[in-house]
Amino acid sequence: MHSFGYRLNGLLTFAVTILALMCAITSLSDNFNTPSPSAEIKIININWFQKQPQGHDEVSLMMNVSADLQSLFTWNTKQVFIFVAAEYGTPKNSLNQVSLWDAIIPAKENAKFWIHTSNKYRFVDQGNNLRGKKFNLTMHWHVMPKTGKMFADKIVLTGYSLPEEYR
Amino acid sequence: MDWQGQKLAEQIMQVLLLVFAVVSFVAGYVLGSFQMMMLVYAGGVTLTALITVPNWPFFNRRPLNWLDPSEAEKHPKPQVAVSSKKKGTKK
Repeated sequence: MHSFGYRLNGLLTFAVTILALMCAITSLSDNFNTPSPSAEIKIININWFQKQPQGHDEVSLMMNVSADLQSLFTWNTKQVFIFVAAEYGTPKNSLNQVSLWDAIIPAKENAKFWIHTSNKYRFVDQGNNLRGKKFNLTMHWHVMPKTGKMFADKIVLTGYSLPEEYR
Repeated sequence: MDWQGQKLAEQIMQVLLLVFAVVSFVAGYVLGSFQMMMLVYAGGVTLTALITVPNWPFFNRRPLNWLDPSEAEKHPKPQVAVSSKKKGTKK
């Protein structure tokens, strides 16, 4: 406290230290939020289902994705990143996860939505295992905070299957 | 500033910053607005800086009596005697 510069430096250092503590407590406050998200995915149509020139199976689908992820948002949420992945097993890989579609939800108002879309990313298998394949569709979300810890979770929807023959 | 003023300035600074930290966190949490918390805190830091950093008169109520320069000239500093250096070691 001996000079102007000394006091200013002390004040700024203390202020920034307290700011770091405030951000830590803010992040901890996110743990008190109990989210109750819901999602539903319907496969409307198989657009085509072919074996590619390299020999791998590929399918193109039309989906209706609807979800209510509003309860994931807190005061410390910057955005929520969601993606839909298809999960299935093959003789070669015990678990395959193929990302089909993703989106960024910037605010709580946009978190309750319904979208009719084809798969944004290609659904390609490492091999020819997709004929008649039963698979799960999972909706994953990453709640990205303004400060602190990111929470990630998913919903698994079962009961989907692909046609027995190429079309 | 005098010595008491320095101590007072430091105490005021610490208390004000802590108070603003709590107030801004509560305001942000209740309003559900991270931005509000940051704005209130930034305002608090600025206010605290304005109160505690400049050399305000109320920090100098018990001023130190420095020796008058004309008085100091009448009493010159004693010369430091050049003494032989002892090389004793202490354990």
